[in-house]
Amino acid sequence: MIAYIVRRILYAIPILIGVNILTFVLFFVVNSPDDMARMNLGMKRVTPEAIENWKAERGYDKPLLFNSASQGVGQVTDTIFFQKSLKLFQFDFGTSDSDRDIGYDISQRMWPSLAIAVPVLLIGLLVNITYALLIAFFRATYIDIWSVVLCVVMMSISGLFYIIGGQYLVSKLLHLMPISGYDTGFAAVKFLILPVLIGVVGGIGSGTRWYRTLFLEEINRDYVRTARAKGLSEGIVLFRHVLKNAMIPILTGVVVVLPLLFMGSLITESFFGIPGLGSYTIDAINRQDFAIVRAMVFLGSVLYIIGLLLTDISYTLVDPRVRLS
Amino acid sequence: MMGGLVILWTDALVFLLLFFSVAFAVYAARREHLRGPWRQVVRSRVGVSTLVILSFYVVIGLLDSIHFEPQFSPDQQTGAQVQSSEVYSLFDRLVQPLRVRQEKTYSAPLATHLYAKENIEQPDGTVIRDFPRLQYGGAHLADPERDWAQDIMRLSLIGLIKGLVVTLVMANILFALLAARRSGGFAGAAKEVLSGKSDIPWRSVLITLGLLLMVLFWAVELSGRYHLLGTDKVGEDVFYQALKSIRTGLLIGTLTTLVMLPAAILLGIMAGYFRGWVDDLIQYTYTTLNSIPGVLLIAAAILMLQIYMSNHADEFNSLVERADLRLLFLCIILGVTSWTGLCRLLRGEAMKLREVDYVQAAVAFGVGHFQIILRHILPNVLHIVMITVVLDFSGLVLAEAVLSYVNIGVDPTMNSWGNMINSARLEMAREPVVWWSLMAAMIFMFTLVLSANLFSDVVRDAFDPRLRSSR
Repeated sequence: MIAYIVRRILYAIPILIGVNILTFVLFFVVNSPDDMARMNLGMKRVTPEAIENWKAERGYDKPLLFNSASQGVGQVTDTIFFQKSLKLFQFDFGTSDSDRDIGYDISQRMWPSLAIAVPVLLIGLLVNITYALLIAFFRATYIDIWSVVLCVVMMSISGLFYIIGGQYLVSKLLHLMPISGYDTGFAAVKFLILPVLIGVVGGIGSGTRWYRTLFLEEINRDYVRTARAKGLSEGIVLFRHVLKNAMIPILTGVVVVLPLLFMGSLITESFFGIPGLGSYTIDAINRQDFAIVRAMVFLGSVLYIIGLLLTDISYTLVDPRVRLS
Repeated sequence: MMGGLVILWTDALVFLLLFFSVAFAVYAARREHLRGPWRQVVRSRVGVSTLVILSFYVVIGLLDSIHFEPQFSPDQQTGAQVQSSEVYSLFDRLVQPLRVRQEKTYSAPLATHLYAKENIEQPDGTVIRDFPRLQYGGAHLADPERDWAQDIMRLSLIGLIKGLVVTLVMANILFALLAARRSGGFAGAAKEVLSGKSDIPWRSVLITLGLLLMVLFWAVELSGRYHLLGTDKVGEDVFYQALKSIRTGLLIGTLTTLVMLPAAILLGIMAGYFRGWVDDLIQYTYTTLNSIPGVLLIAAAILMLQIYMSNHADEFNSLVERADLRLLFLCIILGVTSWTGLCRLLRGEAMKLREVDYVQAAVAFGVGHFQIILRHILPNVLHIVMITVVLDFSGLVLAEAVLSYVNIGVDPTMNSWGNMINSARLEMAREPVVWWSLMAAMIFMFTLVLSANLFSDVVRDAFDPRLRSSR
């Protein structure tokens, strides 16, 4: 087991290097730091000195890959690639354009993101699985057909509409909850209810439909027929046999997104004014703060790879048929 | 007066795509394993109904993809020939009134008065503050308060009747065509269709078509005199915007797949067929690309494009051209983030197929790898490609809206549902609420995505027998 995990981690390293090189090429080679400076300072009438200043302030004035002006190791380390790209491996994200430490910001902002993402995931799972089990219980009846139609309809509505509509209905018309904002500690709860609710409702369509397919796939298996032949009631068959076996794909599907919960949801957070990593990213994109976008790209990839790793491990844990190879 | 044709990049690709689709249809029609499932699709009621709705969208999208040079029109004051700055499409030409009849600012659907109060000078010289009449919407009414409701009813009725008449004419043509093919005559064919017993569910086609035509004629009738879905901040007709957005939505949904298909098919089959280091390399490539969160990769790429565009502003002749290139680029980058799923599926399938007897036999006969892939592997994975294309479509249309909201979608000057929703965010905070832009975008998007979702379900069931049992 340990050897397997170690091998998987070793396999992740070249992928991270690939991501790193890709972001480097995207951010520094496709467009030179000069282009970025000109963009940030405004297009017209930018003096070369201003550009040099802008680059020097952010440490973009070094050569890309090889610094012939330095001595010894400095020839390799005193470059943009080493300073800006390789340092990401140490989780040293540098400072943003507004002179804040990105690493510190991320560690602060990930908590509000989690405060929304975790409840949405858990409540969503509960609701979707319950609903899907209910549909499976009433399979091939009108309840089943209309539930599937309802799911497809809910899937076809843009997530933006759930947010805008929900905000309008709950906050503006009914005045039940504040439209947006955030607070520290327990005072945050009243700001969280609406986004969590909307997140759950928005996910019902695709989630339930997916779980329904999983359940129905299991229901046609031989062991279910055996269980019924033994005289077990339909409820026990569903809960003890079908649910248990369908939990394997459900669990592994959840595990893969677990690490990415840290990244937060871009849209929800910016609509509700929640200071999480999602709105952090959006703000950075809108302000064209490349240091933050770069950091988030790298962080996202690391989390995704951790998710893949956890999925593989959880497969071997919950499903004894999967062998390590 | 029509100018010469202008072919934008995306236009060219749209017609290339159309050509491929037709070519593929001809190819599929001659092969039973592809034709059978499609026959099943057109025999399903949901399948044909959604197909009718989708083809409405496609026709509008195609009409909107034939562009002409800016036209010359005599200036009203000087009489000189003035070139308007914008490239326009065949569709613009058809709905010319919608395009040119601009109000000052917001107005509600079917309204006769503006949304905001203004100082109006009365004939007797006094100035009062009231909602001014619209320049075009309901301008023909002498007394809007009294005549409005009646006028709307009258126009609606005319529209609905026109739609009904056209539907009935089409139904009769259909019956005549069916009757010519088989015995039983006209009455027999009509009876078979109307009782829902025909092979292809023509009754569902007629009902969907009838409803659509009635809505269409109703909309045309009302749009002639009013702004059916109101006007936006600068007074542009929202109905027109929503219609124009169809092209953007369709392009994002289809071009993205077109762009990614060659790479996904080639690499996926190569990885599965050759195994070894080729497989390792390709797997490494797609895992790396996949591990970057899609939105961030798109954001990074679009940021870079923006920098490039603002640094090379002189390379673009017009705003339309610029927006068009950005759309194309967005499709490409969306393709880069979404090809991995298909690639992985094809790899698995190719891995299975290379062990199949007839492929082994081909290898034993000394057939080249290229030949084997082309003759034996590729035709057997085509159904997977087709299912993926159809399944991806609705997700991409929805993604466009989200991306435009984050400002990394299509160009802000381009008509798209995402841009409409984006602007609606602020409108919802107004008092009274400006809800029509949002509503229009949502209805148009919802209809398209819902039809696409239902259609893709039918297609998947037809092509994937394994899933059929679980229904």
